[in-house]
Amino acid sequence: MNAQNQTNTRLLLPEFEYLRPETKAEALHFLDQHRDKNVHILAGGTDLIVKMKTGALSPRYLVNVKDIKELSGVRQINGALHIGAVTTLAALLRLPAIRSGYSALYEALRSMAAPAVRNMATVGGNLCNGSPAADTAPALMVLGTVCTLSSVAGERRLKLCDFFLGPGRTALLPGEMLTELLVDGVRPDSGSSFLKIGRVSADIAKVNIAVYLERDGDRVADCRVAVGSVAPTPLLLDSVVSFLKGSTMSRQVLSEAGRMVEDAIAPITDARSTAEYRKAISRILAEEAMQAAWVRSGGEVPR
Amino acid sequence: MTETSITLTLNGKKKTLRVRPNELLLNVLRDRLFLTGAKYGCGIGECGACTVLIDGRPALACLTLAVAIDGKEVVTVEGLARGDELDPLQEAFLDHGAVQCGFCTPGMIMTARSLLDENPSPSEEEVREYIRGNICRCTGYTSIVSAILSCAQEKEGA
Repeated sequence: MNAQNQTNTRLLLPEFEYLRPETKAEALHFLDQHRDKNVHILAGGTDLIVKMKTGALSPRYLVNVKDIKELSGVRQINGALHIGAVTTLAALLRLPAIRSGYSALYEALRSMAAPAVRNMATVGGNLCNGSPAADTAPALMVLGTVCTLSSVAGERRLKLCDFFLGPGRTALLPGEMLTELLVDGVRPDSGSSFLKIGRVSADIAKVNIAVYLERDGDRVADCRVAVGSVAPTPLLLDSVVSFLKGSTMSRQVLSEAGRMVEDAIAPITDARSTAEYRKAISRILAEEAMQAAWVRSGGEVPR
Repeated sequence: MTETSITLTLNGKKKTLRVRPNELLLNVLRDRLFLTGAKYGCGIGECGACTVLIDGRPALACLTLAVAIDGKEVVTVEGLARGDELDPLQEAFLDHGAVQCGFCTPGMIMTARSLLDENPSPSEEEVREYIRGNICRCTGYTSIVSAILSCAQEKEGA
């Protein structure tokens, strides 16, 4: 079989050694021990195993972290969410706190794949896979998520918006693992939303966008806007933010902000969409996502 | 590659077997245990033909390492019937002619089983949403959806 053939998958995977640590400390030890030997972390496997089957990746060691209890589940501490990196997408979707308080994340999760994949796939895996189209990325970015990256040397914290370096590339150093995501508590008069365009529902995004807004009367007190699938990494759009911040909400402000999103991105044409379409549709998506977040923050529908 | 011994509960029975790290659950089920209900369709998580229940929830056997299901509970379509008595969903698929070529049927039924266990009285929209990862290339969705809905309990007060 031809390893270049990316459309046919193998029935059997290439060979590798399998490691199953019981604890986070043991996992970090394995990652350190094999750091120079093509070691990969296995969580849900819905991206990694596919890449191994198509021949895109041939790890020598797989460290299965999926069943490590201390890396799974969500704790609410002082209102903030501490999300374990191997928490499945399905488990997040079932959480009432996410449905009620973090609309952007809820809508991103809802848009992803189907129940079987969501039962397997983990939020940390979705981020560490480093796809520019990862749906949880823009949602978690606008919610101000901070990542905990752990290694045998200790822990460091990094804003999620600084985590992505390029397609399939993240800020993780050899021997490091994403262990936790920290999302701030829900502020009063805030709202968020996520929208995406795929070919069919559950598809990989042609464009996805997430918006977070804080409202002060009829003005935008603070906001964040992130788009995916239009650049080598998911992007936080600062230009739109500086325009929106302090503006009095109106239909005109929304359409101006939408135009700024269109201008701020330079997408490519690929199998999923054309650059022209991505630009045009991102303006509309941006307007709709900003309006939804504004209404959720308690604002009137802009006229 | 080091062979590992794993123990799982398969269709209600404890099984211990030795597997190589790169064996997929689907290969072990089909080629070694001769449970050929789950099918190899796309191999990349798009079609749902290999859907089985792992610890009670639908998962894709073609993207699951056999070695990683050590200690877990797996149910395949072969494990749904009680003796000679088919699961109500299997009966409903027969009654509604919800099987054409049959390739998607085991995965479709496992997904539907999980839906009804989670939500005994889904709406048509909820059924269609839940089975969105199970592709039927004969496009027999209408009869599949009616078969599933016929097993739904009536909503209380409806």
